[in-house]
Amino acid sequence: MNVGSLAPLAVALPFLGAAIAFVLIRHPRAQRRVSLGTLTITLALEVWVLAVVWHSGPVAVHLGGWAPPFGIVMVADQFSSLLLVVSSAVSLAVLAYASGQGAADGEESGPVSVFHPTYLILVAGVSNAFLAGDLFNLYVGFEILLTASYVLMTLGGTGSRIRAGITYVVVSVVSSLLFLIAIAMIYGATGTVTLADLAIKLGALDPGTQHLLHVLLLVAFGIKAAVFPLSFWLPDSYPTAPAPVTAVFAGLLTKVGVYAIIRTETLLFPTDHFNDVLLWVALLTMIVGILGAVAQTDIKRMLSFTLVSHIGYMIFGVALSSVLGLAATIFYVIHHITIQTSLFMVTGLIERRGGTSAIMRLGGLAKLSPILAVLYFIPAMNLAGIPPFSGFLGKLGLLQAGVANGSPLAYVLVVGGVAASLLTLLVMARVWNRVFWRSTADAEDPDPVLLASAPVAAGGRSMSALRTSKHVHATEGRFSGENEVPILPKMMVYSTMGLVALGLAMSVFAGPLFDLSEHAAEGMIARTPYIEAVLGSGAGAP
Amino acid sequence: MTLLLVMGVLYAIGIYLLLERSLTRVLLGLMLLANATNILLLTTGGYAGLAPIFNKGIPATEYNDPLPQAFILTSIVISFAVTAFMLSLIYRSWLLSHADVIQDDREDRRVANQDLFDVEEDSEIAIEISDFHENDQPLESREMIPEVTLKKSTTAHNAHPQPNPPSPKDRS
Repeated sequence: MNVGSLAPLAVALPFLGAAIAFVLIRHPRAQRRVSLGTLTITLALEVWVLAVVWHSGPVAVHLGGWAPPFGIVMVADQFSSLLLVVSSAVSLAVLAYASGQGAADGEESGPVSVFHPTYLILVAGVSNAFLAGDLFNLYVGFEILLTASYVLMTLGGTGSRIRAGITYVVVSVVSSLLFLIAIAMIYGATGTVTLADLAIKLGALDPGTQHLLHVLLLVAFGIKAAVFPLSFWLPDSYPTAPAPVTAVFAGLLTKVGVYAIIRTETLLFPTDHFNDVLLWVALLTMIVGILGAVAQTDIKRMLSFTLVSHIGYMIFGVALSSVLGLAATIFYVIHHITIQTSLFMVTGLIERRGGTSAIMRLGGLAKLSPILAVLYFIPAMNLAGIPPFSGFLGKLGLLQAGVANGSPLAYVLVVGGVAASLLTLLVMARVWNRVFWRSTADAEDPDPVLLASAPVAAGGRSMSALRTSKHVHATEGRFSGENEVPILPKMMVYSTMGLVALGLAMSVFAGPLFDLSEHAAEGMIARTPYIEAVLGSGAGAP
Repeated sequence: MTLLLVMGVLYAIGIYLLLERSLTRVLLGLMLLANATNILLLTTGGYAGLAPIFNKGIPATEYNDPLPQAFILTSIVISFAVTAFMLSLIYRSWLLSHADVIQDDREDRRVANQDLFDVEEDSEIAIEISDFHENDQPLESREMIPEVTLKKSTTAHNAHPQPNPPSPKDRS
């Protein structure tokens, strides 16, 4: 038996963990252990699956034993198993971070205990979307992760989160409805929703029908991936959520949309009708996104805009529809998942250390907390694409693919990509200069936490030695009283360090990773390995 | 044909309601859109036929296609969950602000209204022209005082006890 057929456990295990965590809702410590354990096991399993799939090619699992085009099928090819591993690693780091935060703040009960089950369901939804072998299962995966994300987004139910949450829910529901409409039309036109079967049957349709279905899918996925004209919901809603939630959303949710776009462009509609449109969309996403980031005065909002901007790079690589472009996109996606998440995690730490994430109100953190400075500096330079890092290698691959394409529009995109990269460097450096480099005295209206802890830090032994007392209002019954709260809990710092290290490892092992991406891209452009894995050998031949 | 007409009307009303600013109407619009989509799924099942329970004597062409119905069931369950969640959000929003309309993003407004002039980046470096300091104006006099007060209120608004770091005023 092939180990690849264990891939559906990547969906089943987090669900099981979520159920157990939900039963343990009154025992936060056990809950934390269960969810961390579940994700560790899932990650180990996915690494194993990746190791097998790397050599053997795509593996399809027919759930329930129904023959291919009729039953539900789950497919693990190199691309999806690579994404599974990276997404699980990132979500494990964020879960450790959130657990550290919860343990440090003494949240032993209350509404937040729903966090762990919901988080595991989110992970299950993401895995399901990556593994789905048919459109409707992809839709279900999207719905699982979106429903979990609605709950996480509005956790605690404060005014600003409710306001942002409502917009987020409405936009997501509309995009899901568009996706469902596309599924209905595709089923009406072809009589199947299995991706491999569609790959064969869609090509036989009337070109007009094909364009309609193609555009519907692209718009539905474009909203989820936050590409330019459909991206305005993202910087509005993400920054209001709690720090760990924003971190995991930024890393994973938009990438699921990008994943769906890549599948659409390579497997379902390999024709290049809309490549020019996609190139324009990519250019505008990069430029408009980064210009939005330049205007921001809050680190979280600024990062949300850079997130939108960097989605543009991925769309650029997809629209080139060459092996090199696709390989660079795959590499860029896994690089960006790691880096963007670690930046948001560091921002969460900055917010704890400085009491705010408004850039003007912070200062002198490089001296107050050198560890934070290092943790911010590495991923920031990585995101901006400074040479030794993976961000540079990914962008270089994309630019090479653009030059190899040779069309005037591709050259415009190359210039746009370089400009967006420089502007990213600008905003990252501005945060560095103000938050870390200038002295604390220059901060405008600094938060008491930043000032109060300054002398302690000078003589302090380690980051966890730094403590502040936390008054909690008596209105919330069980939280009343005063307790010591470490400003930078060890667990939060270590998990951030782990993820930054993972980002560095991607730079060090960029060679093998890029080989894998190229291997995956070749298979995806050829399409036959995927189709034959699902429908049996001989099916993919045109 | 009737189904298609109903679907079209549902889509039209749904989109109209979705564009309203009142949250309850937006929710009603979403529900109508979801139901219109369910009807669309139903029509893709082709002509009406027998219930899809296998019977040896009946040829396969006589049955209705069961797959779109399974899709619709899934979609109904999902939209039910989302509707319930939206209702709770709307109720919470009403409790907090006593308004049933979508609120503006304050931080967004603040960024849009901020001064183009940035003290730290755009101010000219003071050049000493004479040795006499009587005309020297400290650059800090140009700071944006109203912005700072606004920022305070936004932060206080965002502050929240649970998964956030403790809000500024909670610490001493």
